[in-house]
Amino acid sequence: MSELITTDLVDLDLKATERGEATAHLAGLLAAAGRVTDLEGFLADVRAREAQMPTGIEGGIGIPHARSRFVAAPTLGFGRSTAGVDFGAEDGPAHLIFLIAAPEGGDSDHMTILSKLARRLVHRSFREALLGAGDPQAIVDLVDKEVLGK
Amino acid sequence: MKIVAVTSCPTGIAHTYMAAESLEEAAKEAGHSIAVETQGAAGANPLTDEQIASADVVILAADVEVRNRERFAGKPTVTVPIKRAINDPNAVLGQAAALLAAEPVAAAAPAAGSPPPPARVAATPADRGPSGATRLRQWLMTGVSYMIPFVAAGGILIALSFVIGGAQIATKVNGGTFHGVTYPGVTDISKLLAQTGLAGVMFKIGGISFSMLVPILAGFIAYAMADRPGLVPGIVAGLLANAIGAGFLGGLVGGLLAGGVALAILRIKVPKAVAGIMPVVVIPLVSTLIVGFLMIAAVGQPIAAATRGLTDWLNGLNGSNAIALGALLGLMMAFDMGGPVNKVAYTFGLASLAAGNQQVMAAVMAAGMTPPLALALATAVRPGLFTKPEREAGNAAWLLGASFITEGAIPFAAADPLRIIPSLMVGSAVTGAVVMALHAASPAPHGGIWVIGLIGKPLAWLVAIVAGTAVSAACVVVAKGLGRRSLATPGLTVDSRKVAVAG
Repeated sequence: MSELITTDLVDLDLKATERGEATAHLAGLLAAAGRVTDLEGFLADVRAREAQMPTGIEGGIGIPHARSRFVAAPTLGFGRSTAGVDFGAEDGPAHLIFLIAAPEGGDSDHMTILSKLARRLVHRSFREALLGAGDPQAIVDLVDKEVLGK
Repeated sequence: MKIVAVTSCPTGIAHTYMAAESLEEAAKEAGHSIAVETQGAAGANPLTDEQIASADVVILAADVEVRNRERFAGKPTVTVPIKRAINDPNAVLGQAAALLAAEPVAAAAPAAGSPPPPARVAATPADRGPSGATRLRQWLMTGVSYMIPFVAAGGILIALSFVIGGAQIATKVNGGTFHGVTYPGVTDISKLLAQTGLAGVMFKIGGISFSMLVPILAGFIAYAMADRPGLVPGIVAGLLANAIGAGFLGGLVGGLLAGGVALAILRIKVPKAVAGIMPVVVIPLVSTLIVGFLMIAAVGQPIAAATRGLTDWLNGLNGSNAIALGALLGLMMAFDMGGPVNKVAYTFGLASLAAGNQQVMAAVMAAGMTPPLALALATAVRPGLFTKPEREAGNAAWLLGASFITEGAIPFAAADPLRIIPSLMVGSAVTGAVVMALHAASPAPHGGIWVIGLIGKPLAWLVAIVAGTAVSAACVVVAKGLGRRSLATPGLTVDSRKVAVAG
C-alpha cells in the first residue's frame, strides 16, 4: 500500500482564502503526485459532497472529502492556513485542512485507515501538534504515528 | 448511564468516525458506558442484541437515514445532526441524560444492567431484551408523552372558559338546556366569537385540542413500536377510536394494533423494484386499511353492542338501592374516562336529570372529578412514583379535576392502565355512593366546582369528592409501590440501578 501522505502533499503555508480555491490547490498536489487521475472530475465530486453539508468542524478544521472514481489510492492532502479558510463551521474559519481522497471502490482496509484519521482529528492534542509542526516531514510523521501507529 | 449510539453521514469516511470518537471520549470522561455503531464506509461494526437490550438510552447522530432503526423501537432515543455530536458531545449526552430522567424508574430498571449483576445474568440467561411488559410500557409512555401537552392545553382552555363564561358556556356553544335555559348552539364557527364571546372560543379550541388526544396517543404508540411506518395507521386508528366512541382504551388498542401491523409489513421481503414505493405508498395504504378495518369491524361493533347492553341494564336498575347505584356509576365513570362505559354512565346521569332526579347527576359529576384530583394528589405527595411529564400533568390535573374534565387522568391511565384504572374506580365508587347517601343534588350537567352555587347540599357533595380523591390517591400510591417490586429482577434492586446510572 502506498503512503497515505507524503511531504509533497503538505502545504504549511496555504495562501488560498476561499474554500473552493483551497480545495483545488490541495487537489492539484494530489494530481501532481499521480494520486488523482482527473483533477476536474475529482473536484466536482468534492464540491458535490461539500454542497450536501459544509465539512468544517469546530476547532478550526476543514475536511473536504469525497469517494471518487478519479482517485487512484487513498490519500491525504494537508494544508495549514494562518489566515484561515471558511469551511462553514460555526466557530470560525479552518486553519487545518485535510483533503481526504478515497477511491470509489476502496476496500475496507483503506477506509479503516481514513476512519482512524477522522477519529484522531477530534483530539485537541493531535490538532495542536499539527498546528505546531515545523516542516512537512513533521506532519507526515505525525499522521504516520497517530493514524497508522508507525 | 449505558448508551448505544449510531453515527452516519453522507460519505461515510469522516464525520461518521469523528462523531463516534467525540461521543466515546465524552462518555468515557463522564463515566458512562457507550457502544457506537459507525454506519460508514469502513465496514460494519453492528451493535449486538445484548448491547441494545441493556442500553438505557439510544443516540442517533446522523444526517442520513439510520439503517435498521427499528432495533431501537421503544428505547428512549435522542436524534441529533452529526455535527452536533462532533462539536458538542457533552450537550448530546446531557440531552440523553435528561430524556432518561424523564423515563419511569420501573421501565428503565430491567434494562439498566450496567454492569450486569451476576444474579441477573444467571437468572435470565436467555434474556435478549427488555421483557414484554417493559417494552409495552415504553410504547405506552411514548404515546402518553406526546399526548400530555394536548391534555394540558385543551383541558386548561376548557376549564378557563368555565371560569370566564360560567359553566353554561358549554351548552351555549354546543346547544341544549342548562339549568332551565335552552340555547340553540353555534353551528357557524365564524360567528362563535360574536355569539359566545372569548369564553366560547376558548371552549371550542379546548374541545378541538381534546379531540386529538386519542389520535396522538394511538399514533405515537405505533410510532414507538414501528417508527415512522407506524404513525399513519396509528393516527387513523385513533381517529377511528373517536369515531366509534371507543375512547382512550380503544385508541390504546388501536395504536398497539397499528404498530404490530406496520412491523409485520416491514418484515416482508419485497423485490428491489417495489422497495422504492414501499414506505410512501404500500406500507401506509396496506397498514391503514388493515388497522382501520379491524377497528370498525372487530372493535367498533362489539363496543356499540356493549354500550346498548350496559344502558339497558342501568335503566333496569332504576329504583333499586340508590347508594349501590351511585357506587356503580362511580366505577363506570372512572373506568375509561370519556370512553364508552363512562359515556353510558354520563348519559344515564343526563337522562335522570331530564326526569327530575338531580342526585344521580351530582353523583356522576362528582365521580368524574375524582380521578384527575386523585392523581394530582398522588403526584403531589409521592412525586417519586411518577415520571417528570406525569408530574407536570399532575399539576394541571387539579384544575381539570375541579372542572369535571375527567380526561385529565388519561395520561396516567394510558401509561399504566392495570394499576391506575382500578385505583381510580375504587375512589370514584366511594364518591358516587357518598353523594347518593348524603342526598347531594346537581341541576347542572357539567361545570364541576364552578357550579357549586347551584348544587344542593354543596358541603355533602364536597365531602364525597374529597373522600373519593383520598381513597383513589391512596390506592394509586399502594398499587404503584406494589407493582414496582414485581417488576424488578432478582439481584437488581432500585438502588443498584441508581448506582449504575450515576456511575
